[in-house]
Amino acid sequence: MAITKRQAAPLAKQTFEYAPAPEATDHIRIQPRYGLFVGGRMLEPHSKKRFPTINPATEQKLSEVAEADAVDVGRAVAAADKAFTSWSRLAPSLRARYLFRISRLIQERARELAVVETMDGGKPIKESRDVDIPLSAAHFFYYAGWADKLEWAFPNRRLRPVGVAGQVIPWNFPLLMLSWKIAPALAAGNTVVLKPAETTPLSALLFAEICQQAELPPGVVNIITGAGKTGSLLVSHPAVKKVAFTGSTEVGKLIQRTLAGTGKRLSLELGGKAANIVFEDAPLDQAVEGIVNGIYFNQGHVCCAGSRLLVQESIAKPLLEKLKQRLSTLRLGDPLDKNTDIGAINSRAQLEKIQGLVASGVEEGAEIYQPECRIPERGFWFPPTLFTNVSQSYRIAREEIFGPVLSVLTFRTPAEAVEKANNTPYGLSAGVWTDKGSRILWMAERMRAGVVWANTFNRFDPTSPFGGYKESGFGREGGVHGLLPYLELT
Amino acid sequence: MATALSLSHLGSLMRGVRSVDEVGANERAASLAQRSIKKSSKLWALDLAIRCIDLTTLEGSDTPGKVAALCAKAIRPKPGDASIPSVAAICIYPARVADACEHLQGSRVRVASVATAFPSGQSFLSIKVAETKAVVAAGADEVDMVIDRGAFLSGDYQKVYDEIVAVKEACGPAHLKVILETGELGTYDGVRRASILAMAAGADFIKTSTGKVQPAATLPVSLVMMESIRDFMRETGRPVGFKAAGGIRTSKQAIAYLVIAYETLGPDWMTPDRFRLGASTLLNDVLMQIEKERTGAYQSGDYFTID
Amino acid sequence: MAGKRSTRPSPQTALARNSRDRVEVRKTYKQYVGGEFVRSESGRAYRPDGAVNVPRGSRKDLRDAVRAARGAFAGWAARTAMNRGQILYRAAEMLDGRRTQFIELLGGGRKAREELEQAVETLVWYAGWTDKIVQVTGTVNPVAGPFFNFTIPEPTGVVGIVAPEQPALLGLVRRLAPALCGGNVVVALASETMPIPALTLAEVLATSDFPSGVVNVLSGQRRELLPWLAAHMDVNAIDAGGCTPEEVAAIEKAAADNVKRVVKMPAGELSPHLITAFMEMKTIWHPIGV
Repeated sequence: MAITKRQAAPLAKQTFEYAPAPEATDHIRIQPRYGLFVGGRMLEPHSKKRFPTINPATEQKLSEVAEADAVDVGRAVAAADKAFTSWSRLAPSLRARYLFRISRLIQERARELAVVETMDGGKPIKESRDVDIPLSAAHFFYYAGWADKLEWAFPNRRLRPVGVAGQVIPWNFPLLMLSWKIAPALAAGNTVVLKPAETTPLSALLFAEICQQAELPPGVVNIITGAGKTGSLLVSHPAVKKVAFTGSTEVGKLIQRTLAGTGKRLSLELGGKAANIVFEDAPLDQAVEGIVNGIYFNQGHVCCAGSRLLVQESIAKPLLEKLKQRLSTLRLGDPLDKNTDIGAINSRAQLEKIQGLVASGVEEGAEIYQPECRIPERGFWFPPTLFTNVSQSYRIAREEIFGPVLSVLTFRTPAEAVEKANNTPYGLSAGVWTDKGSRILWMAERMRAGVVWANTFNRFDPTSPFGGYKESGFGREGGVHGLLPYLELT
Repeated sequence: MATALSLSHLGSLMRGVRSVDEVGANERAASLAQRSIKKSSKLWALDLAIRCIDLTTLEGSDTPGKVAALCAKAIRPKPGDASIPSVAAICIYPARVADACEHLQGSRVRVASVATAFPSGQSFLSIKVAETKAVVAAGADEVDMVIDRGAFLSGDYQKVYDEIVAVKEACGPAHLKVILETGELGTYDGVRRASILAMAAGADFIKTSTGKVQPAATLPVSLVMMESIRDFMRETGRPVGFKAAGGIRTSKQAIAYLVIAYETLGPDWMTPDRFRLGASTLLNDVLMQIEKERTGAYQSGDYFTID
Repeated sequence: MAGKRSTRPSPQTALARNSRDRVEVRKTYKQYVGGEFVRSESGRAYRPDGAVNVPRGSRKDLRDAVRAARGAFAGWAARTAMNRGQILYRAAEMLDGRRTQFIELLGGGRKAREELEQAVETLVWYAGWTDKIVQVTGTVNPVAGPFFNFTIPEPTGVVGIVAPEQPALLGLVRRLAPALCGGNVVVALASETMPIPALTLAEVLATSDFPSGVVNVLSGQRRELLPWLAAHMDVNAIDAGGCTPEEVAAIEKAAADNVKRVVKMPAGELSPHLITAFMEMKTIWHPIGV
């Protein structure tokens, strides 16, 4: 019997166009102007001055927030000081209950917070939705549980809270950084005055609403908005007993100088230039994902970003091939689009800084690679960038760029990798990719960094202490150790 | 026509296969599955999904009548709607090949037959080769074989390799899909090793599962297989197709597999020549989703024929 | 005045009339096994207070409960610590939401209210331990050699809990929460003389996102159920805090058959030691080298 062979359809090249998948914003209400959250209420700024906060993806103004001056800072600290008397004496299990409430409220308002975070800061919605907000809720949940268990955290020590904490946070993970600061402080019985970054104040102001919803006693949390000057006024206020700062190493040093001789407690979480080290036996495809996540997650606006790729020379070529191929699948665009991988650069100022350093890289002789990207007309954008042929001495290998720019260097032996990785004044994090368990542990022992990620990168958890060595700062956030900065132990 | 790579040391090939980090692979698959496909892309993807389906029935109770009904569905999934394309192929047991060929004559739907003591593979090479020859003689365009997992798991890679080579030869003009039965292999490392082995031995397609064992196809396993295909292509220049089978019931899942293929292998794999989904109930779900996209209303199974 | 059109009252009128002499829709009390509310398979009941029928659990109910618990163990132990904490916290939310009902069940008045408050507090306290117990009781050990060595606590498995006769709610919650906190699954015997609060607690647990089989609550007579629990080869530990000294001796003897852990810690305290009493310490070594 003759069987006619059925011909398959001819090979047709189809491209899979992901149509825009925008996150809904119609359930969000951002007020046209905000005051300062002091003593449980929203107050007008003393100078009546306000400044705009914009959406860096569109350059549209979102709202106007208050500029806190010395009088406002004074009021906020006074409110915190007043609240401290009763808050520190409140039964710890009741303090816990407020923190549990806050955690649950963050979960209940998760989507709203994620959208506002993306609009205000420029990070992709899938990051604010899947990382920032859930971790923020988790942080409060974790520390809520410590409030009435401190004697188990530090057995045999007499514990007291420090007092009023002045906290200054950056713009790269606004609500998450707020959670890292406020949760342990409150759990330990302190009260706080927190200043969010000037380009990303909105999620902190929504958090103020959450404090009101939780019926947190007035003055326990105070949120004051402003720029560098406000921060400076806050950290130097005499009634602030403890300062916690996350930001650039430059400003960190300034604060450390300012606080010298004042007896104030200080913790700093500063910049980094982490080495992401890939050995020849690493699971390559997952290592590529780890490298991409390490430097392109949040547009590289991450203090612990794996900004230096140290790849073992024997697999440099295949790894770079895969990496470049992977870069070409990254989607840059509207941060509110659920398919976007790379969002907007947080501000014009930051964009200019990145551009300057990238130019220096080209000038110093490194080879630049950037995949084709459709850059929107308005807003601040920078494509994912890769530099090969980089020397340790180049600026792009030494200075923190805080952008989606990866510098690639090679090494031959584990000892050389250790040497190159540690050859920096920074020491926040490091990544190690290898199939061999003993080598992971050997490398981890030798990394002069506060966080070592093995076969993964940019993993955070409220139970896991985070902080730097050397000029990346001191003090830890997360875990049991995260309580220490907020306690007097005798 | 694909030929087996000439290999002097199969052992060193297998030892050189990289390990796969399970957590990393799971994460990457999950993040790809989150891709949000809307409007025009979705309709395109659903259409492609249908064109890539191997409409399957592999039951001991299959009869000529059942096969006839399936063939009708394969050719015209939605009676009265000429805009819905035919599926890629019918996938059936050897005894039903002749029936299928009869009903599919004149259509573009291909006949794929399982062979080699499907699903267990626990039989003799001579039988497996004879079965392959017989299904091809009966008119099958494609053969879905199973690897010998017993040999694989006991480290006898040579046996697995030789069997694939022999079955490929027996296929003649028919194309060969090699089922790895990933659910039995235990690790992603094993999946990668089996993928490379099958491709080195001449597979035209590598396929996840028989559908008779849990777990069948999963997104991470498919990601690992597709990465292997991509690496093999880079090394040898030969493209190998990918088929996911077992447990794919919803359009959402089908689209997730398509997204993974697109982002791992690229646009060249967005075709039934290189991508298939082995499924049965999936087809109606895709039809319902297409109708929902067209009309805006969620659909009921009452309006789509069951064959 | 309009005359009556028919002699039969409308449903609304009938209801209105009954609301003046209320006839309650009374609850049938059931055990909680495998995520479902069930009568005893034996069909038997008993009346602990003379008025209300309560299931008189049988050895087969116990058998089914242990089977359900064992089936749920792998999944529950594999949940993240935070997830378990959230579920225990949810139980506190649900219990606090039913405060009026429970205060009434416990006899009303100040004592009942305090008992309920403490029960809620117990759940909240242990909810906050799930993601901390490993940090406080686990260790990294500086062995004398190039090895990374760490010790972590893991849940024991199926824990049988014998609730004290009194207090009827708090007594059970104080034993339940630490066992669950550590990742164990539980088969609990309610107070024999006052089982209603425990069976009602099961309703709270059923609405708190616990996976089926993680918690099981049986009611009935001690002397019928305890020997079977104590001798069950698939139960890993027994919390005998609610037992008399004679019962404890009998349990310890039976427990020897599969080396069950028998825990007799005092009921009053909130302590992480109650959590680790139902956990096993695992130590892992790995070389450190290039």
